[in-house]
Amino acid sequence: MSKQLEHDYIGLSEVSSMESSEKLTSDSEGSNGLNLKATELRLGLPGSESPERIDSVGGLDKNGYPLGVLKNLVSGAKRGFSDAIDGGSGKWVFSGSGGSETDLAKGGGLFSPRGGNGGGKHLGGSESNNQHSSLGTPAKNDVVPQSPKPMHEKKPQISAPAAKAQVVGWPPIRSFRKNSMASNLPKNDEDAEGKLGSGCLYVKVSMDGAPYLRKVDLKLYCTYLELSSALEKMFSCFTIGQCGSNGVPIRDGLSESRLMDLLHGSEYVLTYEDKDGDWMLVGDVPWEMFTDSCKRMRIMKSSEAIGLAPRAMEKCKSRN
Amino acid sequence: MAYSFPEEVLEHVFSFIHTDKDRNAISVVCKSWYEVERWSRRRIFIGNCYAVSPGIVIRRFPELRSVALKGKPHFADFNLVPEGWGGNVYPWIAAMAMAYPMLEELRLKRMVVTDESLELISRSFKNFKVLVLSSCEGFSTDGLAAIAANCRNLRELDLRESEVDDFSGHWLTHFPDSCTSLVSLNISCLASEVSFSALERLVGRCPSLRTLRLNRAVPLDRLPNLLRRAPQLVELGTGAYSAEHRPEVFSSLAGAFANCKELKSLSGFWDVVPDYLPAVYPACSGITSLNLSYATIQSPDLIKLVTQCQNLQRLWVLDYIEDGGLDALAASCKDLQELRVFPSEPYDMEGNVALTEQGLVSVSEGCPKLHSVLYFCRQMTNAALVSIAKNRPNMTRFRLCIIEPRTRDYQTLEPLDVGFGAIVEHCKELQRLSLSGLLTDRVFEYIGTHAKKLEMLSVAFAGDGDLGLHHVLSGCESLRKLEIRDCPFGDKALLANAAKLETMRSLWMSSCSVSFGACKLLGQKMPRLNVEVMDEGGRPDSRPESCSVEKLYIYRSVAGPRSDMPRFVWTMKTLS
Repeated sequence: MSKQLEHDYIGLSEVSSMESSEKLTSDSEGSNGLNLKATELRLGLPGSESPERIDSVGGLDKNGYPLGVLKNLVSGAKRGFSDAIDGGSGKWVFSGSGGSETDLAKGGGLFSPRGGNGGGKHLGGSESNNQHSSLGTPAKNDVVPQSPKPMHEKKPQISAPAAKAQVVGWPPIRSFRKNSMASNLPKNDEDAEGKLGSGCLYVKVSMDGAPYLRKVDLKLYCTYLELSSALEKMFSCFTIGQCGSNGVPIRDGLSESRLMDLLHGSEYVLTYEDKDGDWMLVGDVPWEMFTDSCKRMRIMKSSEAIGLAPRAMEKCKSRN
Repeated sequence: MAYSFPEEVLEHVFSFIHTDKDRNAISVVCKSWYEVERWSRRRIFIGNCYAVSPGIVIRRFPELRSVALKGKPHFADFNLVPEGWGGNVYPWIAAMAMAYPMLEELRLKRMVVTDESLELISRSFKNFKVLVLSSCEGFSTDGLAAIAANCRNLRELDLRESEVDDFSGHWLTHFPDSCTSLVSLNISCLASEVSFSALERLVGRCPSLRTLRLNRAVPLDRLPNLLRRAPQLVELGTGAYSAEHRPEVFSSLAGAFANCKELKSLSGFWDVVPDYLPAVYPACSGITSLNLSYATIQSPDLIKLVTQCQNLQRLWVLDYIEDGGLDALAASCKDLQELRVFPSEPYDMEGNVALTEQGLVSVSEGCPKLHSVLYFCRQMTNAALVSIAKNRPNMTRFRLCIIEPRTRDYQTLEPLDVGFGAIVEHCKELQRLSLSGLLTDRVFEYIGTHAKKLEMLSVAFAGDGDLGLHHVLSGCESLRKLEIRDCPFGDKALLANAAKLETMRSLWMSSCSVSFGACKLLGQKMPRLNVEVMDEGGRPDSRPESCSVEKLYIYRSVAGPRSDMPRFVWTMKTLS
């Protein structure tokens, strides 16, 4: 059915393409079609203005099941807000309004998951419809536990509203500015007390075998554990990709734990280049010393990392 | 019998026509005008380096002297475009090295520029004069050394906000003693110390130097010497603006500033120590452009400085200025045209400063020439936006970033549709708009209805569905660039408005709901569009067609699909 619609819209007829799109808007069928679709998918009780965000149009006949699950696995720092589209958006409403219970009531309509999509998280279309109709009633609380995975990742926002957002590229500030502001902080004695926790420090992270680099903000983390789980999330897709190429089904809930096995096991180690240009194993020096000296990181195969550890220890000793 | 002007006359007439728009217009009048125009065009701007190929450009315009190229999409500034995406300038340099030995100017934005490219530039163009690298990356100070050493007639070297592998400041010493032609030097993005004595000598022997933007590593006590060697400076970017308070340093600095009678633009001011700010007061009455966006000083000091600049036209500042500072600005700077307020702590959920929508309203009331705004804040109301719109119907660029996505009008708790609607309705000359806050499809209806001159629109976390996108694509007649992230826009509006995409430079959509199937269809049906899908999860055709693509970049091109796509970018022409 969707294919048929697409043919109409593209206008396979001989009419010039500009005309055909005008034709579409003036044609009652076409514009009704768009309006109907928008109405169909509009959440909220009939007749209600529904100023809240509704997010279901795209998911009409999509079965995003595999991707939905993968998105949750890969979410982490990158996909925070796109999860809003998938159904985790309630978190952002909470944090935006301060995370109180009353906001849950107000914002309830906002985060009803996209109808029909994200099947991996919901039990199916009928379930979503139940959610739609339960707007404004206490039943909406059911929505909250139904999406365990996105909840998990959004936890920091709910429990600590003052925590930094982990959305890539938001607010829209250039890296140069971010890094400049980062350097204004603790180093400046006059402001030592004032500005803890702000600014950021982007370093590039590469992974052997991954198609491209990522940048990660070291100031978002306070411990090596936080950093490594963020990196695991960021790069899990690449490792999963490798599994996939062997023909092994890759879209299942085991993938993430499999990656952690890989990282915690012996396949990959996390290393960094310090100010002196030396490559060291991550984790050997105190966290603050690490963030001060780390220029970039590399997730390398452990077979290549032989010989790093001893130098790291020596460096630490010489620094101390 | 047809009479026509001799070509020489046409050429002479055309030599008075400069803008791209006019040049493009005269080139399509008739074949002979096309021919005369193409031989006489000296300057070209290519807004998307993949829209055309070097070969096509060279074939049509054999005598160019000045080339401007843009590479990555705008959202690359915010880390949304992965490394390795493309935009490498080398193929252009290589082709132009053969075709334009007399090339004088190169202006690149968001492109990958390697040291190899810089070396080739420095060796290929004997009369090379201007190199502007804006938000570029991929090169090191080694490449800069080649430019310094080999470009005998260099006038401008401007590295604004580029990411440079900074090995050392030694590259500056490669400017030969015979180089006296510098007019503009902007090294503010460099991290390491340049050789101060080399810098002083260079500045001292370039009598035409009007722009000098230093980097943070130049300490304040070096500034007076530099200024004394260049009293003719019009634009100055300081280095770090801090030192222990010593009266002799202060008076030396104040004297140096007083001596620069031509100063119009000030920037830099990293690590500002307020005690030293009065040193610039003598220059304030002439200042028209002030960039304090790295100056972490508080409102009272900012007010003291800004209120001295009665002729200020452009102010970039951190939100430390607060509403009170903006009130003072509105009262003192009646010539203000452009205001940008950046967030000092963008990742704090709660605000740290008393900057609200009121500050912007004040400036919109007090500054009749204000037409360009970039404003980061944490709260907004429809009423404030309506006031701003009514106060400033001359607004041409309005970019509002409410830091928390989907923030409502904090007084009425409504979406901000009506407020932005007022902006597009009243500001009939609006060319650029960035939205934020809670927005439904209604705002897009307003935009489609009213924003007829809008050329660039940035959208994030907004809208309800395809209708929103449809309003924009079908209503905004002048739209050239549309960038969208995290909005529930899907296939329908895109496919329904496919033809529109050919009239635009580019469309970016990330974390939306456009399916792979729709991308394929678009790629197949629209031969002059490059439809590129970026996906980290592997080949998009390894998943059902109904799955959403992660990132989508569509742009018109006469060069066909590009050949330098990395592994995570797929063009919808070859996949079937």
